[in-house]
Amino acid sequence: MKTMITGNEAAAWGARLARVKVVSAYPITPQTKVVEKIAEFIANGEMDARYIRVESEHSAMAACISAENTGVRTFTATSAHGLALMHEMLMWAAYARLPIVMAVINRAMAPPWSIWADHQDSMAQRDTGWIQIYSESNQEELDAVLMLYKICEDKDVLLPAMTMMDAFILSHTMEPVDIPDQKLVDDFLPELDLPHRLDINRPAGHGSLIMPEGPVMEYRKAMADAFAGVRDKILKVEEEFREIFGREYGGLVEEYRTEDADAIAVVSSTIASTSKEVVDRMRERGLKVGLARVRYFRPFPHRELREIAKKTDMLGVIDRSYTFGYGGALYAETKGVLYGHSDIPVKNYIMGIGGRDVTPEILEKVFMDMLKIAKDGAVDTEVEWVGLIGDERWSA
Amino acid sequence: MRNTTIPEEEYMLPGHVACLGCGAALAMRYALKALGKKTIVSVPACCWAVIPGVYPYRTLEVPLLYTAFEVTGAAISGIREALEVLGQDDVTVMGWAGDGGTADIGIQALSGAMEREHNVIYVMYDNEAYMNTGVQRSGATPFGAWTTTTPVGKLRIYKKERKKPVAEMMVAQGVPYVATANIAYPEDLIRKLRKAKEMKGPKFIHIYATCPTGWRVPPNKTIEIAKLAVQTRVFPLYEVENGVYKINVKPKERVPVRDYLRMQGRFRHLTEEEVELIQKMVDEEWEKLLLKEEMTNRVRKE
Repeated sequence: MKTMITGNEAAAWGARLARVKVVSAYPITPQTKVVEKIAEFIANGEMDARYIRVESEHSAMAACISAENTGVRTFTATSAHGLALMHEMLMWAAYARLPIVMAVINRAMAPPWSIWADHQDSMAQRDTGWIQIYSESNQEELDAVLMLYKICEDKDVLLPAMTMMDAFILSHTMEPVDIPDQKLVDDFLPELDLPHRLDINRPAGHGSLIMPEGPVMEYRKAMADAFAGVRDKILKVEEEFREIFGREYGGLVEEYRTEDADAIAVVSSTIASTSKEVVDRMRERGLKVGLARVRYFRPFPHRELREIAKKTDMLGVIDRSYTFGYGGALYAETKGVLYGHSDIPVKNYIMGIGGRDVTPEILEKVFMDMLKIAKDGAVDTEVEWVGLIGDERWSA
Repeated sequence: MRNTTIPEEEYMLPGHVACLGCGAALAMRYALKALGKKTIVSVPACCWAVIPGVYPYRTLEVPLLYTAFEVTGAAISGIREALEVLGQDDVTVMGWAGDGGTADIGIQALSGAMEREHNVIYVMYDNEAYMNTGVQRSGATPFGAWTTTTPVGKLRIYKKERKKPVAEMMVAQGVPYVATANIAYPEDLIRKLRKAKEMKGPKFIHIYATCPTGWRVPPNKTIEIAKLAVQTRVFPLYEVENGVYKINVKPKERVPVRDYLRMQGRFRHLTEEEVELIQKMVDEEWEKLLLKEEMTNRVRKE
């Protein structure tokens, strides 16, 4: 069934179709419509779930953790400050090996108060042990929720995942979305069977005190090993998904017109949509540019990026967040995985902070800058902020 | 067959790692005797995060979900709702947190869980300071007490604020069953937990749990001090069912608070004037409690 819905509604539909049993959530702009829509589904008898209307995001994640640990599928959604407040419990969820799925609507952190899109909130959570995917469209958001439950609940994985979408650009914008048939989803996604659930017939301490000589380091290693296997699960599940639903997204990194490109932009989320348009226009003029859309930031697509680097003369990494003291997170990690594998220049463009508009015109200037670097064989500035007020160089 | 007033079933195994004379260990032992095997317990950071033992050892014969310091209320909410989904509504869910994890850092999650009316029991076992981390002041530390963060010193910096009345806060919130209990009154404690188990909805129980280590008392005085707390009216035993108070123990004679304070090293620095001040506070609170009992019973009758 194809219908016009917002990104927030798409996330809610994902939870509904996945037959989530416990939702625990707290409202925050721009996430509110996710939790409102789920409330509507439940109130209308269209979704059979318990809804815990908690008193904070911290408690939202804590209740998801305990419900999931009891053996039922859980879901929540948040943004920015809500996500930051959850930080402690995010690690708890991951270390407890609980396959919780959460929709994060990417929003800038305050001060000053800003409710618009950037990725500072989720990038700050990249070390919590959660799988991270950044969606480009509402359809991808819905599909990601379904695929993530399947990936995360796999006995070899048992990790939580957050799926990101840009505030307002997706969360509040309607797009045509194909809402899959419930029967097909049921065939695709079996019921949760959590091996370490709380069980009165198997009394155990879940998370008890452990000494340095206890297997605590081994638990972390097992988690690292599980993470190392996630890449293949993603590819396998996406293939299965394609066979049933007829849609695919390109695995961890979606490549767009990367063939014989002189320069490739490494981007994520909705900046990718605008960039694709720019790539098309520039290709028409014979300018050989391409695009690598990083979908999964965790696990980080090191193999994919190394392969992409082989195809081109330079990479321009666009970050919608900034790691103070160095550069953008996507840039830093891209450079890291290329070290020893590629000598091509890599430049970082910081864009769209606090929801600053990233227009086709400004992106074209970025691509032109990238082509110049490809030709020169060296970067002028490693990290450059693009689109600042009064900066003539980048203004359209 | 012996005729015992305390159930003989044990759900707490020997070999736990609590301090000698730990009141919190006794409290759990009694609580589980009351609730039985079909119980899931959630414990945040507190003494009871350590007492069950170091992995792979465990002390409890029921599942125990450890959780973060401030989230006991949220944790039991999640377990309860998941159990409802699974059709296991005959399983009791008990949150078991210390006074710091309840009165201070966990008050928000507690308040939220009680307000949402989940069918859960929340127990605050009260040893009147952050004992697991080494006797730091909490909101539930009583007026006059020494702790490592209210160290008396030359300037006489002891706890100068009254104990936060968490049970009264729960009454004010309209929690249908609120009770205080004490390890020196195990029959009363067990009866209250059984009642909480039978009642649907949110329940809050405040258990007095002597801490010999933190209170600077010999471990063999645990029960004596706990009993004195009730007899001196420092810690009255009462329950509030749907807003109606019932005082369970009304000491016939007025045992002076001095007897209670002078047994404990944490109050050693108090002058006679300060002891008198505490006596006045205790008398005042007791009077208020009697009036609450009278008033709420009258309202119910009318």
